Amino acid sequence: METFGDPAIWLPWTFAALMGLSILIYVVLDGFDLGVGLLMPLANDAEKDRLVASIGPFWDANETWLVLAIGLLLVAFPPAHGIILTSLYLPVFLMLIGLILRGVSFEFRAKAPRSQKAGWNFAFFSGSLLASMSQGFMSGMYVMGLTWTFNHVVFALLTAVFLTVGYSFIGAAWLIAKTDGALQKRAIGWAKGGIWGLILGIGAISLATPFVSTRIFDKWFSFPEILYLAPFPVLSGILMVYLFWKIGRLQKDQNRLIWDPFAAETALFTLAFAGMAYSFYPYVVPEQITIYDAASAPESLFIILIGTLFVLPTILGYTVLSYYIFCGKATELRYD
Amino acid sequence: MEPAKDSLLLSRIQFVANVSFHILFPTITIALGLVLLFFKLRFNATGEQKWMVAYLFWVKIFALSFAMGVVSGITISFQFGTNWPGFIETVGNVAGPLLAYEIMTAFFLEAVFLGIMLFGASCVKSWVHTTATFLVAFGTTMSTFWIIVLNSWMHTPQGYELIDGVVFATDWWAIIFNPSMPYRFVHMLLASGLTVAFLIAGISALRLLWGDQAENVKSTLRVGIVLAAGLIPLQILAGDFHDLNTLEHQPAKIAAMEGNWETGPNIPLVLFAIPDEEARENKFEIAIPNGASLILKHKPSGVIPSLNDFIAEDGTKMHPRVAPVFFSFRIMVGTGMAMLALSWFGLFLLRRYGAGQMPRLPLYAFAAMSFSGWIATLAGWYTTEIGRQPWLVHGVLSTKDAVSDVPAGMVLGTLIGYLVVYAALIFAYMAVIPYLARKATHGEELSPRGYPRSGEAEVTLMQPGE
Ligand code: HDD
Ligand code: HEM
Ligand code: HEM
Repeated sequence: METFGDPAIWLPWTFAALMGLSILIYVVLDGFDLGVGLLMPLANDAEKDRLVASIGPFWDANETWLVLAIGLLLVAFPPAHGIILTSLYLPVFLMLIGLILRGVSFEFRAKAPRSQKAGWNFAFFSGSLLASMSQGFMSGMYVMGLTWTFNHVVFALLTAVFLTVGYSFIGAAWLIAKTDGALQKRAIGWAKGGIWGLILGIGAISLATPFVSTRIFDKWFSFPEILYLAPFPVLSGILMVYLFWKIGRLQKDQNRLIWDPFAAETALFTLAFAGMAYSFYPYVVPEQITIYDAASAPESLFIILIGTLFVLPTILGYTVLSYYIFCGKATELRYD
Repeated sequence: MEPAKDSLLLSRIQFVANVSFHILFPTITIALGLVLLFFKLRFNATGEQKWMVAYLFWVKIFALSFAMGVVSGITISFQFGTNWPGFIETVGNVAGPLLAYEIMTAFFLEAVFLGIMLFGASCVKSWVHTTATFLVAFGTTMSTFWIIVLNSWMHTPQGYELIDGVVFATDWWAIIFNPSMPYRFVHMLLASGLTVAFLIAGISALRLLWGDQAENVKSTLRVGIVLAAGLIPLQILAGDFHDLNTLEHQPAKIAAMEGNWETGPNIPLVLFAIPDEEARENKFEIAIPNGASLILKHKPSGVIPSLNDFIAEDGTKMHPRVAPVFFSFRIMVGTGMAMLALSWFGLFLLRRYGAGQMPRLPLYAFAAMSFSGWIATLAGWYTTEIGRQPWLVHGVLSTKDAVSDVPAGMVLGTLIGYLVVYAALIFAYMAVIPYLARKATHGEELSPRGYPRSGEAEVTLMQPGE
């Protein structure tokens, strides 16, 4: 049967792509608001309010991409959903506690008595830290095939640190675009401090992946694949160099092309992500279950796909609308 | 693979803790969104400041509840995978699409327009802001719909076939409009309305007790009481219909709710008792003769199924544990009756004295009932869910077959972690609402003047009738 005609082939493929897309969107979008949370302790009290204001209208929708990603995993690949989440039981728990803390301290810091504000600021920071670290840890474990050995845990701890620093870079890149004056200047400094995390994180995962499995190694380092794939590392390298250069430039002239760091970092993540997708395909649990073995019944997938075709563009539409409405610089956030 | 018994018990406790914590906040946001829309529309229509002031006060509580609802909901969606992989592996073909539709049609809608609703008043036209408020309220109702569809399907499954122990959907219409869905959906929406009505009435009463005679406080007291008095009879009626529906589909649950051991006619309505599962009888029973037969069959001679019908040949019990179902049902109905009495009495006092001159005693009663909706809602869910045991999906999947094989120690550790965080957050939440009320009473801020961020938007926002 031709590929496009067999729903048992193209449906799992489509859902894997959709899931990948929503993870990528999640990492970039929630990356910036987790990153802003990580930068909180570096800001003074007045700046803290502006940091929070810069992400206030967005964080909830950003987090919903995570719910969608996990929902798609659940819907499309039920056995994989069970295996991945039970083997990551503890980091998932820590991530959830982190997300809970940071999501609520957002509200409480503005509403609770003033004397508690410092406490809620701290909860906001530590929640962001816990969530970022656990996400980095889980990516590391995933790459290592979800097996808990000493070496794998060490590797995952490293990726946890790298991703966290990387998120703080995304946060700083966001602040460069959303703030002005002295705060913007400081954000440029923070970006400069965080860029290594981004590079090491992406580097570590990209380099480690091929060496975990010979299958992935062969996918990258055989002829002629290596030729088609060469643009990945080359483009990534160019982007990294550009980011370094751009941050340096911004320190001299902080008003030119302020969205560039954010855009370049997004492109970098997209490349890295595409590379990973290429490596792991067709597996959804590395080296154990393929997307075809794990897929739900085609009828169920089909029912969702129809909805998705209508709903996803709508979601993207009103997400863009909300970024457009709040496109200005962030001042203090007020409900009243 | 038979998972350790401890792991099962702990997983159940963990799920109950998470879902109970979660449901508290949606219960508030579902109806509060509509109430806020009402305040906004009143303001648009009349131009009276008090409605905007009320909006601005309650939108803060809405934002806070919403955040609590979101983060706890995310926890639940991970719990299916971490603790109940068997659930998705067995019924994923039905549960998956329903959850996916909830995410796509409801969560994104709420989350995106929430930003505009909370922070957009100064950047967008007033009608856009009103529309955003509407869309958020609509989104919460949609998510209630989808999750209740799934939950009801777990109680009264249909429209599926079982192949090799896995559920495949055959008829989506039958799945969505399963027999108990309409009852549960209506009952839940009304529960949310009542919870919010009593919260608003209670907090407004508190402010009156503190001597706050502001116009908006009197208006919100009136809104709260009228809403409560209007909804509670509907809720009792809906509950009665729900009862009949459950009798048809889950008779074992009804037998446990009624504390009825022997099948027969002229079954009394047990008001109070201590059910004893060993002796299979009620101790200290206080009952109204023929009551249960009258309610469930509308005639004294109506025959009602009993718990003893659900004992298998070999003696295993096929009914849920009786005491928790029995008591939580009474707590819900008792709270409902208290709500009925207080809200109608409050209505009478409103007509007699007006909101400003209400005697203090009933005001204290309303303040004390601020969170009564939570109690009834939790009790209602406990009745429903515990009454479904030992099934997870009635007749299809039993709870013990769905649990993951994560070690008990791990489940216990994370359970303690969740409980500590939840206890702290509930405490903070319940403390911050009176704090905000007190601040508003002392006239700090909260004037609509401060609302828009820029001068020109302030003018648009304040324009009545837009
Ligand atoms: C009666 C209504 C109701 C019930 C029974 C549930 N929920 Fe809920 N849920 C809502 C009503 C709601 C809501 C009112 O729609 C919330 C509250 C805040 C929000 O964003 O939506 C919500 C939020 C919410 C979120 C966060 C959405 C976001 O990111 O915006 C998730 C992931 C869930 N829920 C998941 C669940 C699951 C898996 C449940 C099953 C046990 C569940 N909810 C029961
Ligand atoms: C949000 C309101 C809800 C509350 C307060 C609630 C409460 C409960 C309670 C008390 C139990 C425990 C029964 C027992 O252990 O004897 C339970 C079990 C369960 N419920 Fe619900 N429930 C809610 C909604 C839902 C929904 C909407 C779903 C499905 C989507 C669901 C799925 C389950 C599952 C999977 C269990 C099995 C775990 C167990 O038996 O403890 N619940 N729930
Ligand atoms: C006083 C009269 C009431 C009656 C007769 C009544 C009856 C019922 C019945 C029969 C059930 C279903 C149990 C099952 O699954 O079979 C139920 C569930 C429930 N009740 Fe009530 N109820 C009343 C009041 C209330 C009040 C005042 C609230 C909340 C404010 C409430 C909230 C709930 C909730 C949340 C559920 C679980 C969800 C559901 O199954 O719809 N009830 N009730």
